[in-house]
This record gives sequence, structure tokens and C-alpha cells, in this order.
Amino acid sequence: MSELPRPQIDEISRPYWEGLEQGRLLYQHCRSCGHNWLPARQTCSACLSTQLEWLQSRGQGRIVSWVVYHVAYHDALKDRLPYDVTLVELAEGPRVLTNIVNSRGGKALRIDARVDLAIEREGDMSLARFRLVEDAAP
Amino acid sequence: MRGRTVIAGIGHTAYGKHPGRDRVSLIVEAVGNALVDAGIEKSRLDGVLVKMANSEPSFLYGQRVAEALGLRPKLGCSLDQGGAANIALISYAAMAIEAGMAEAVVVCYGDTPRTGSRAVFNRPRGDEAIYGWYSVAAGYGLIHQAYRHTYDAEERGFGAVAVTCRANGARNPNAQLRKPLSMDEYLASPWVVEPLRRDDCCLVSDGAAAVIMTSAKLAREWGIRALVPILGFGQGQESWDVQHRPDLTSTMARASAETAYRMAGLGPSDIDVAQIYDCFTIAVLMTLEDYGFCKPGQAGPFCREGALPFNTSGGLLSETGTPGLQLVIEGVRQMRGTANLQVRNARHCIVSNQGGTMQTHGTLILGAPG
Ligand SMILES: [Zn+2]
Repeated sequence: MSELPRPQIDEISRPYWEGLEQGRLLYQHCRSCGHNWLPARQTCSACLSTQLEWLQSRGQGRIVSWVVYHVAYHDALKDRLPYDVTLVELAEGPRVLTNIVNSRGGKALRIDARVDLAIEREGDMSLARFRLVEDAAP
Repeated sequence: MRGRTVIAGIGHTAYGKHPGRDRVSLIVEAVGNALVDAGIEKSRLDGVLVKMANSEPSFLYGQRVAEALGLRPKLGCSLDQGGAANIALISYAAMAIEAGMAEAVVVCYGDTPRTGSRAVFNRPRGDEAIYGWYSVAAGYGLIHQAYRHTYDAEERGFGAVAVTCRANGARNPNAQLRKPLSMDEYLASPWVVEPLRRDDCCLVSDGAAAVIMTSAKLAREWGIRALVPILGFGQGQESWDVQHRPDLTSTMARASAETAYRMAGLGPSDIDVAQIYDCFTIAVLMTLEDYGFCKPGQAGPFCREGALPFNTSGGLLSETGTPGLQLVIEGVRQMRGTANLQVRNARHCIVSNQGGTMQTHGTLILGAPG
């Protein structure tokens, strides 16, 4: 079975992926204007500054939206069906696409539901997945 | 700008499957049909503007098309704005004609994703593919979901878009999909990427289309009979990828429409018929709201009431999934009074194009001749 395409890890994004390996979710912060964002880039889109640093997220966020796949677009995704891809906004501001580990095939997901970081191993990588804080399971 | 440039000719190929056909040859066929429709010689064309093919972006594509047309035009380019490119090119052509850079400009597009590769629609989406983030549909799914929950919108509102387009397409002899759809069938149609059902998603089509533009003054000198004035146009670039934009339920389509309305000296209540880019049903609902036809969250009930005739040839959901020029062509037919499902006494038609996951948007307002 072929593997999913891997993220393009380069000089700009390496701190993010290395952070996950060490159990930390990092985001970029502008020292000039305070803007926070992901994914990594070399300039601040708010004030155009290059004075950037990496900070550690507390790992808390809320669900903005989500979709549930019932069809696998890649062979490696067949075993996950049905699976969610969820848009989470971190408390610090950046938004990430992720999976919710206790989504029950998407059935447990709600807009604005609170989620916490739940880093998981996927092959030889660490991914920033999340867990619903108040799982509405009966 | 209002009314100073006109659409003088329209042409397209059959929509659906064109096995073995090169996309440029389809464009040549469509341009040939548009020249016949306008009743002018090929040698009159001194502008060739081409929308980049979704399934194969390439360098100097506009020039390759001009060469296949046997032309060395003054004005030429290919444009990447995804599905908004055709209306953007029409607006650039209008300004170039007004500025005296060219006299007769053809705006054209062709592609073969149905018999060729549709990989572009099913592609992995960047670094998030490892989370299973695949396909164009999924981005629209995020927007559809956010809209549904923000407005507590019922599924039948989305269904009304699909049912309307499919009913109109069923009565269009040139439509690729001529099977009408009932609301019950819509509600029972399978998930593609939940919350998108199969019948929320447009067709994948081979085909090409072309429109020929010139100044109102030259069109009259050349004796072109069915000239449809361009009253207004605008653009709005949402630009940010779907996961990063602050508001998922409205886009720069609003600014695009405001620009076009202002240029035309018109407002939503002056529009008699609309051709709304319907790659997914959510795009129609949000465009109707951003265009001011109804309040945010009200487009579903608005469509169910049938308050405004739209996508009268079937749209991307039924006529053809090619990206947008067919909507302009149907707008031209409505203004000429020659549409298959003609709206009686229609004086003003608004057309929308949009591309990517709503990153780009273009608006065109056409008027009736004379
Ligand atoms: Zn900044």
C-alpha cells in the first residue's frame, strides 16, 4: 500500500514539525505587532515584519467547521473511513486542519466545541490531532 | 464603461465527453462558432484572452491558442483565477477595447477533465494531506457545514438549488445531464464528503466556449445585429485559503457585486435573471446573499420560493461543469431573447464566476440590446 504524501518539511516549517516530535505544538508570533499564525512563513501578513519567533500553544481550541469522508481519496485512507477533517482555532488565534480522535466518525462534532491537543504518531511522524473536551457520548 | 463594449458573438462545443480531443482544438471549434454567430471574419480578432486549463496549467498558453487560431493578436494572455477567470478576462477585454488597445477580443476556455485527468479535483491538499485532507469538494464542505450551523439552514435550501438547476437542465437539449432531480432524491443522494451530497456537486465536463467582444460603435459599423451591452463588472479576491479566512459564510463576492452594480447604475431589484456559479450548491446560496438578493442565511428559502429565475440553462450542476463561460453565454441568450427557458421581458442579467475554494470572484451585468 502506498503512503500518503508527506508534508514538505523545509527550513521554514522545520521548527513546527520538530516541535511536534517533542510533544509541543508551536506557532509563529510577530514581535512587531503580536499577530499569531500557522502554517509557517517568513513574514508577518498583518504588519509585514520579519521579526518572528516560535511560541508554544497551550493546546486548547474550538471547532470552527468539519467534514466527514465516506470515500477514500487514497488507498492509505481506506482503513480510516469514515473519518473527520476538522478546522480548529487555537486559543492563541492560528487555525489548523486536524482530526478529532474521539469524533466517532464525525457524529460527536459540534461547532464551537472545545478541544485539547492530542499528539499522535502516524508512521514515523507526530501529528497535531485533538480530543473533544466534553465528549457528548451517551 | 457602461454599455460601451458589447458581446457580439457566442460559441461553444458540445458539452460532456470528447475522447481523443485536444483541449486547444476544442477552443478553436468554440471560437469558430462564435465568429459565425457574430458574423465577422477571423482576421478582425486582435485580442485572444484564454482562461488557463484547470487540469493542465502551462506557460504561454494564450499564445499557443492564438497560434492554433492562426492569429498574431495585439492583446494576448492566459489568466489563472480558477473559475473566476472568464469574467475577469471579459472585464480586462472591455477596458482594453475602451483604451484602444484592441478592437475585437475573443475570451475563450476549453478543457478535457472528463475523458482526461480529473486528478486536480481529487488532489491531496498540501501538508494537511497526512490528516486525510483531500479534494476540492472538502473545502466547500467546510463552508457548507459552517453556513448550515451559523444560520440553522435546512438541507432543503441547498436541495432547492440542485433541483432548480436540474429541472432547467432537463429542458435544455444541449445539457450534459438531462435527468431532473426531486427533493426526495436530493435528500437521499449519497455523501461525497459529508455534508456534501452527490447532488450538491457539479459535473465534470469536456468542452470549450468563447465570447467575442468589441465596442458598441464598431459592432454597429460592422452590422452585428445581436449585440449585448456590458453594463458593469467587478471582482473580489477572498484570496486566503479556506482554513484561514476569518468568515466562512460570506466572501469578497459582496465587493465584486457592489463594484458591478455601481458601474451599471443598478441594484439587485433591477436584475431579472441570474446565472450563478454553481460548482457546489453552497456557492449559489452565498452568492445570492452577497449579491443582495436576500439577507444572510435566507438564500435557501429564497430559492425554494423561486423568487428569481437563475441558471436557466442548468448551470454547472446540469448543463456542463466547465468553469463559467457557459453562464455568460446563457446570460447573452437571455438578453437577446433567444434562451431556451426565456425569462419574459428580461432587461438585466447578472452573472457570477468564482474559483478555487471561493478565493476568487467575478461579476458581470449584461443588458438587453437597444
Ligand atoms: Zn506583525
